[in-house]
Amino acid sequence: MASDKAVEKPGKPEKAGIKKDLNSGIPREKLVAMLEKMLTIRYFEEASIKAYQQKKIAGFLHTYIGHEAVGVGTLDHKLPQDSVVTTYRCHGLYLALGGSPREGMAELFGKVTGCARGKGGSMHFFSKELNYLGGHGIVGGQFGIGIGAAFKSNYNEENAVSFIFFGDGATPQGTFHECMNLAALWDLPAIFICEDNQYGMGTANSRAIANTDIASKAAAYGIKGYTIDGMNLAEVNEVMKHVVNETRTKRRPALVHMKTYRFFGHSVSDAGLYRSKEEVDSYKEQDPIGVAIKELTENKWMSEEDVKGLQKAVKARVQDAVDFADESPEPPLEELTRHVFKDEVENMYDPANVGGVK
Amino acid sequence: MAVLDLRDALNQALKEEMTRDESVFILGEEVAEYNGAYKVTKGLLDHFGPKRVLDTPISESGFTGLGVGAAMMGLRPVVEFMSFNFSLVAIDQILSNASKMLYMSGGLFPIPIVFRGPNGAGPRVSSQHSHNMESVYAHFPGIHVMSPSNPADAKGMLKAAIRCNDPVIFLENELNYSAKGEVPDGDYIVPIGKGDIKRAGDAVTIIAWSRMMNLAHQAADELAKQGVNVELLDPRTLKPLDMPLIAASVKKTGRVVVVEEGHFFCGLGSQIADSIYTNLFDYLDSPIVRVAQSENPMPYAANLESATMPSVAKIIQAVNQVTYRT
Ligand SMILES: Cc1ncc(C[n+]2csc(CCOP(=O)(O)OP(=O)(O)O)c2C)c(N)n1
Ligand SMILES: [Mg+2]
Repeated sequence: MASDKAVEKPGKPEKAGIKKDLNSGIPREKLVAMLEKMLTIRYFEEASIKAYQQKKIAGFLHTYIGHEAVGVGTLDHKLPQDSVVTTYRCHGLYLALGGSPREGMAELFGKVTGCARGKGGSMHFFSKELNYLGGHGIVGGQFGIGIGAAFKSNYNEENAVSFIFFGDGATPQGTFHECMNLAALWDLPAIFICEDNQYGMGTANSRAIANTDIASKAAAYGIKGYTIDGMNLAEVNEVMKHVVNETRTKRRPALVHMKTYRFFGHSVSDAGLYRSKEEVDSYKEQDPIGVAIKELTENKWMSEEDVKGLQKAVKARVQDAVDFADESPEPPLEELTRHVFKDEVENMYDPANVGGVK
Repeated sequence: MAVLDLRDALNQALKEEMTRDESVFILGEEVAEYNGAYKVTKGLLDHFGPKRVLDTPISESGFTGLGVGAAMMGLRPVVEFMSFNFSLVAIDQILSNASKMLYMSGGLFPIPIVFRGPNGAGPRVSSQHSHNMESVYAHFPGIHVMSPSNPADAKGMLKAAIRCNDPVIFLENELNYSAKGEVPDGDYIVPIGKGDIKRAGDAVTIIAWSRMMNLAHQAADELAKQGVNVELLDPRTLKPLDMPLIAASVKKTGRVVVVEEGHFFCGLGSQIADSIYTNLFDYLDSPIVRVAQSENPMPYAANLESATMPSVAKIIQAVNQVTYRT
């Protein structure tokens, strides 16, 4: 039955092996649209860092800067019925899915107009329309949710797939392996996407992961593994087209290793002393946005004016989001105990009836 | 005596105990090269080397279990959780293994292990990063629960915890790591199970621990101006409770407010109140009032977060209630 199939195909890491330049058969309009999304993420995150410094945002703030090509190139293939779940580094995917910058920024500002009514904050973006099942704060906490969404797709005989994003630092968690095993055993259409930025906080992954060839772990579960240059939008987009298609049609999970890099610290409070400036700079040279702009202009698919116009328009949209967040009201106090439960039951717990300070 | 931050007092305790006993080692995420997420383990790697100060992968269940096994074989691990929220990933190892091993082995395998790290809410870190774990761990037999409120206690209590031959949950608080205070040099021990009167008074006993003691101090200052002299009692060890100390204070004041950062329902304060009602009912002049976190996950928005948390104003209000000043 299901388990026979799981052993039928012993997983062997597949090489991506496609042309690395952008001029690889992706239509111009799509490339420009993806560039726009990457810029939206970049400017949104830059604005969030600034707002954090102005104390309009507090707590943890983990930005997606450097990872843009991974989210945008992958989620270009998401259909409305598909679902996405990720870590606390969750703003980029929300925007890549077309989430509203206004609602995203308002969430960071803790305003009631935010995508989680100001209750979740930076680590917990959600969207029902987009089937965005959240940013999650516990490392490894999202794997089960992701395979649950894949399970539902099979249960209701839909063709949806589930995108499960996670960091390299989550691969040593037990739940990563538990969920890969379940997904393989039960033929769940889940795509496990490791955004490997080479560090989990201050720990280089060579100090935390016994075998850093993430894609090779697929073999342990009899599924396919892929390794992709996550700084290269075209490569991400092309290979993920194939992976998503396979998962959707063959109903088998896959494991994808995206090699990327975060340009800033783990969160805004991390000075990043464990990485050399040379190392960070070498990755900034591969900035997916810079590379995309260079190739689009070199191929004469966009003029420099086109690029500037696009940048300006996106910046204005982000500024509008900041203004919207600024002007939005805080959640009213009724929100405090609202949404603890969906249903009312008899004798609902009420501190006023139990005792305690009045 | 030197004036130290609470984090440095903990650091001193770790350093002294690791120097004193070769079998003590520390492991956890970012404890070595990064010097600890909150710098409690600063300099320990340099001083003791990678054999005894170990950075782990993000594998709480695995490295906590490793600690239990090493303890069964005679080592004395200190397991750092970057935050006690992440102990939930390892809770099976703590409760099913560490807390029961001695008993279910008929006394063969003691587990001398300390689980430590920050507990409770950080600033604005929302629902999944703000749990208070004391009442959860205190529910189970076979494990002690301690939580210091000032640097001297932090040092003396951690040293006692490391020397204890049983598992200890040692709850710190992110917002309290920079609290300053005089810390005795050398072998200063605060025994497990001993509370402390932090401020003497006769009107009301306020029982509070960890960061809530700071709020209680502020409330006490405010109330003193109004002529109400409250007594501040810090149990320090939350399980077992120092009932003799609590009894002496209640007999003096006859009125009690219990403050905890965690949720109200089944919070540790309900156990403290029950112990007082059962043993000291005749000495009470008014019902005990509890101040605790409201019944909702921690929200991110600033106004909702502060409405969720206990505050100085809520403590003063509770004191007014038990003294019928409202
Ligand atoms: C269970 C758990 N342990 C520890 C943490 C603290 N923590 C938050 S992020 C992080 C590093 C994760 O790194 P990685 O998975 O590589 O993701 P990245 O931040 O690099 O995107 C750690 C240790 C946590 N949130 N949850
Ligand atoms: Mg990482």
